[in-house]
Amino acid sequence: MYATRLRQARPEPFAVRPSLAERLGLAYMDGTLALSAIALAAFSVLTLGQATMNDVPGSPNYFVERQGVYMALGIVGMLLLSRLDYSRFRELRVGIYTFLCVSVSLVFVFGFAARGSRRAFDLPFFSFQPSELGKLLLVLALAGFVIDGARRGSARQRTVRYLCLGLAPAALVFLQPDLGTSLVFGAITLAVMYVGGVPWTHLAAIGAAVVALTTLVLVVAPAVGTPILKGYQEERLTSFLNPEEHSSDAGYQQNQAKTAIGAGEMTGRGDQATQTRLDFVPERHTDFIFAVIGERYGFAGAALVLSLYALLIWRALRIVTVSKNSYGTLVAGGIAAMLLFQVFVNVGMNLGIMPITGIPLPLMSYGGSSVLATFLAVGVLQSIHMQARLSQRGRFAW
Amino acid sequence: MFRSYEREPNMNNRLALRLAIFGGSALVLFAILFFRLWQLQVVSGEEYLAEANSNRIREFRVSAPRGEVLDRNGEVLVGNRTSLALLINPQKLPADATERRTELARLGELTHTSLRRVRRTIAERQKVAAGAPVTLRRDVGAYLVYYLQENQDDFPGVEVQRVFVRRYPNGTLAAHTLGSVGEVSEEQLREARYRSLEPGDQVGQDGVEYSYDASLRGRPGLTRIQVDAFGQPTPGGRLVSQPPVPGDNLQLTIDAGLQVAGDAALTGQGLLGAYVAMDVRSGEILAMGSNPTYDPALFTHPISQATVDRLYSEDAGAAYLNRAIAGLYPTGSTFKPITSIAALASGAVTPTESIYDDGAFTLGGITFENAGGAVHGSIGMQRALEVSSDVFYYTLGDRMYETPPRTALQEWAGRLGIGEETGIDLPGEQAGLLPTPAWRNDLYRQRLTDRPWSAGDNVNLAVGQGDLQADPLQMAVAYATIANGGMVPRPHVGMQVEDAAGRVLREIEPEPAGQVRIDPEWRDVILAGLHDAAQSPEGTSYSVFGGFPVPVAGKTGTAERPPYADQSWYVVLAPYPDPEIVVAVTFEQGGFGADTAAPAALDILSEYFDKSAAQVSDGSGAVE
Repeated sequence: MYATRLRQARPEPFAVRPSLAERLGLAYMDGTLALSAIALAAFSVLTLGQATMNDVPGSPNYFVERQGVYMALGIVGMLLLSRLDYSRFRELRVGIYTFLCVSVSLVFVFGFAARGSRRAFDLPFFSFQPSELGKLLLVLALAGFVIDGARRGSARQRTVRYLCLGLAPAALVFLQPDLGTSLVFGAITLAVMYVGGVPWTHLAAIGAAVVALTTLVLVVAPAVGTPILKGYQEERLTSFLNPEEHSSDAGYQQNQAKTAIGAGEMTGRGDQATQTRLDFVPERHTDFIFAVIGERYGFAGAALVLSLYALLIWRALRIVTVSKNSYGTLVAGGIAAMLLFQVFVNVGMNLGIMPITGIPLPLMSYGGSSVLATFLAVGVLQSIHMQARLSQRGRFAW
Repeated sequence: MFRSYEREPNMNNRLALRLAIFGGSALVLFAILFFRLWQLQVVSGEEYLAEANSNRIREFRVSAPRGEVLDRNGEVLVGNRTSLALLINPQKLPADATERRTELARLGELTHTSLRRVRRTIAERQKVAAGAPVTLRRDVGAYLVYYLQENQDDFPGVEVQRVFVRRYPNGTLAAHTLGSVGEVSEEQLREARYRSLEPGDQVGQDGVEYSYDASLRGRPGLTRIQVDAFGQPTPGGRLVSQPPVPGDNLQLTIDAGLQVAGDAALTGQGLLGAYVAMDVRSGEILAMGSNPTYDPALFTHPISQATVDRLYSEDAGAAYLNRAIAGLYPTGSTFKPITSIAALASGAVTPTESIYDDGAFTLGGITFENAGGAVHGSIGMQRALEVSSDVFYYTLGDRMYETPPRTALQEWAGRLGIGEETGIDLPGEQAGLLPTPAWRNDLYRQRLTDRPWSAGDNVNLAVGQGDLQADPLQMAVAYATIANGGMVPRPHVGMQVEDAAGRVLREIEPEPAGQVRIDPEWRDVILAGLHDAAQSPEGTSYSVFGGFPVPVAGKTGTAERPPYADQSWYVVLAPYPDPEIVVAVTFEQGGFGADTAAPAALDILSEYFDKSAAQVSDGSGAVE
C-alpha cells in the first residue's frame, strides 16, 4: 500500500515498461543453464541425424524427427515449469509421491515388455516410461518430506523414514526390472538426504550398508546359489572389470564402445566412422550415444559435450546456493545429483570405467520420456532460479 | 516450521560445507571422465583405430586355379574343373547341442554321410585349424545347393563355395608320376615351403604335383570387404581386391602316346611291375609306369581310410607304390653289363679275353651253374652277354674280389647309380641296396646275419643275385650311362614351366648326376654283346626282338627272389649302335625275362619307333 501510494504521489519520469523478455518470462531465467541444456539436446539431434540414417529402413530421419519433437516439447515444458513457483510442489508432495508409486506400479499391469522388462506404457504417439519422470517426481516429493519432517522424531527415525520413502519406488523400479533407474532413485534419495542435513554418522552407516549390500549381491549371493540379480545384470556390472573375458555379450558391448571412442582420436572420423555406423556398438542411439560422439567428432566433440554437462551441473549447483528457501535448495541438490550421477555412470560406461547399467545420458540419449523429464527438471531449476531473482530483485545484480 | 528450519544458526555453515564437498566431488568425477577420454582418444587412439579397422574388414581368400600339367607335346594330363563345395563354418553352428546335432544329422542325410563321419570330419579339421571352415563335401549337386539356399535358416553355418578340382582326362594314365592334390596338413604347415599357406589350402601331395607344387600352386586372391557387426557386407564396401594368380603350367618330358603304350604293355601282362623309358643323354623320362595303378581322381573327394589302406596294402598290390622308383628287386642278368664295365675298368678282364665256360663255377666247394645247365665253351665278353653266360660273370666277380681293393664291382656299380637315389624330381624314391663287404660285415658284427662277406657274395652280385636291390629307374640310368659313353644322367619328368599364356618361364635341365670314364672300346663290346643278345639267333631275347626292324641292344634278367617266383627283367637300348632311348621293364613273379618283360619292352619300343606290331611280326620291316 505504501509503495502504491508513493508511486501515485511521485510518478516516474520514465514509464518503466516490462521488457519483451520480462513479458515472456525469460528475463529471470538462468540463460547459461537453459542454453547448455538446449545445446546438448541439439547436439543429440545432430548426432542422431548423422549416425542413424540407415537404422530404420525407409525412414532415414526416424530418430531425428522424434528426438526433435521431444526436444521441442521439453523446451516448452521447461519454459512453462519455470514460470510456476516450485514451492507449490512441496504442498503437493503426498500426491506427487502417490502418483510416482502408482505410475511405476501400473507398468506391471499395463506396460509392454521391451527386451524382457516392463518399463513403459504405450501411448498413442509415443511410449511413456513413468520411471524417467519418476526421477524428478521423487526429488520433488522427497525434498518436501525432508523439509516437513525436519522436526519430527529423532534424527535416526528421520533418516530411516527418508530412506524408506526413497527406496520404496526404487524397489518397484528394480522389479520392472530396471536396475539403472533404481540406482538413480537411490542416488537421488541419498543426495536429498545429504543436502537435507542427515548426520554424517548416518551417511557413513548407509555407505557401509551399500558396500555390504553390493558385496552380498555380486559375490555372496551367487556363491551360495541364490542370485538376486539376473544373470545379464550381474555380468554387465562385473564385466567392465575385465571386458576381454566377456567378449561375447556385455564385455563385447563395452569393448566395442571403447574401441569406437578411441578410434575417434583427436578430431573424429566423421562419416568414416565404422564402429558406430556398422552396428558394432549396440544401442548407439540410446545408452551408447556417447560412443557415437566420441568416434564421429573425436576428443574435440566428446570434450565439448562433457564441458556442456559440466556447465549444466555447475549452474545446478549454483542454483542450490541461491535458492530462496530450503525446499529449493534440496530440490536443486537432488536434480544436480541426478544429472551428475547419470552423466558419470553413462559416460563412464562408454569409456569402460563403469559397469553397464542401462542409464541413459540425459538430454542426449534418444527417448521421449528421458528428454522430456530432464527438460522438466531443468525447468524446475529455472523456477528456483527465477523465484530467487524475483525475491531478491534489486538487491543483487546478476 | 519452514522458517525455523531455515533460521537454525549453524545450518548455513553446515550446508555450505556439504555443498562444497558436493561440488568438489562433481569436479573430481568430471576430471576422471576427461582424463579417461584423453587417454582413450589421444594417448592410445591409434591402437583403437587399428582395432576398429580390423573389426570391419573381412578378408576372403579367393582360391587360384592350379596350373595344368601337360605332356611334352602339350596334351593335357591334369586340368581343372570347377565344382561346388559344401563348407561348414563351425563357429556359426548352433550353440545348442541338440540343435547342432539335428542340423549335422540333416546335412549328413543330404550328403549321404553318417552323422559320425560329419562330426569326425569337423573334429579333424578343427584340430588342424581351429575356426577355419571345413569342407564337408565337394561336387555337390546343383539341386542340393538350391535346397540349402532355400532353407538357409535351417542350416546356419553352412556355405557353398565354388572351388577348383583337379581333372584327369586320361584316367589312370601316369597316375604315379602325376601324383595328387590334397589339403595341406598340420605338419606341412610348419614347413618352410608351405609358409604362405593357410589351413584348408590345396597342395600337391605326391608326384609332380608335390615336387613342382610351388610353380603349380598359384597365389590365392584376396577380397577385402567391409562388413557390419553381423558379418554382412555393407553396400559398396569392397575395399581392395587382389585377383588370384593362377598357377603356372608344367610341361612334362612324358610322351602321352608312349605312356599309353607303356601302361597298356604293363597291364597287358597282368603282373605287378614297372617300366621306365628314358632319353639316354638328357635323362628325360618319356614314359614311366607302375602296375597296379589307381585313379588319381580318388583324391579329389574326401577319401575314406579304407580306400587309403587298400592303396597301401601289400596284399592288395600296393597300388599307390610307384614301383618304377621304389620297387626294389634283385636284377638278375641285366646286371651283367654293369659287372662288365667294372671288370674292364679294374683290369679283371679285357674286351677280347676268353674264359672257358664249362657250365659250372666252383668256389670254396660250392658250385654255381649256368641257368639251364648250358655249356658255352671258350667265350669272350660279347658272346657271354649274347648267351648270358653266368660262369663268365662268376669268374669276373671272383677275380674282382681276389684283386685288391676287392670292391671294384661295388665301386663301379655305385658310380653307375646302383644303390643310390637317382635324384629324379619325384618324391618317394628309394635308394635300394648295393651289397658291399663292409655292409655285410657290419651286419655280421651286430649279429644281424649269420656270416660275413665272402667271395660267394661277390660272385652272386656279378650276376645280379643275392642281396642286390634295385629299381627299373636305376637300371635305366646305369644302361644309359654305358650307352652314352659315361655321363650319368639325372632323370627327370619336368621339362619346363610356362605361364598361362604359354611363355616359358623356366626350363628344367638338371645337371648330370656324374661322369664316369668309360673307354669307347668297353662300351662297344658291351653294346655289341647286348645287340647280339636281342637280335642274333642265339641271343636270349631273339624270340622277342629278332624280327624288330630297329636294331636294339637288350638284356634279359631272371632273378631269384625267394619266396616269390622269379623276377622278370628286360633293359633295352635303341637304336643300336647309337642309342637314344633306354627302356627298363620288370615284373614281379614274371619268370624268364624273355617271357614277360621283353615283350612289354617291345611294345614300348614299337610305339616309340612308330612301328605297328603287325609290321614287326611279318619280319619285312627294314632297318631304319
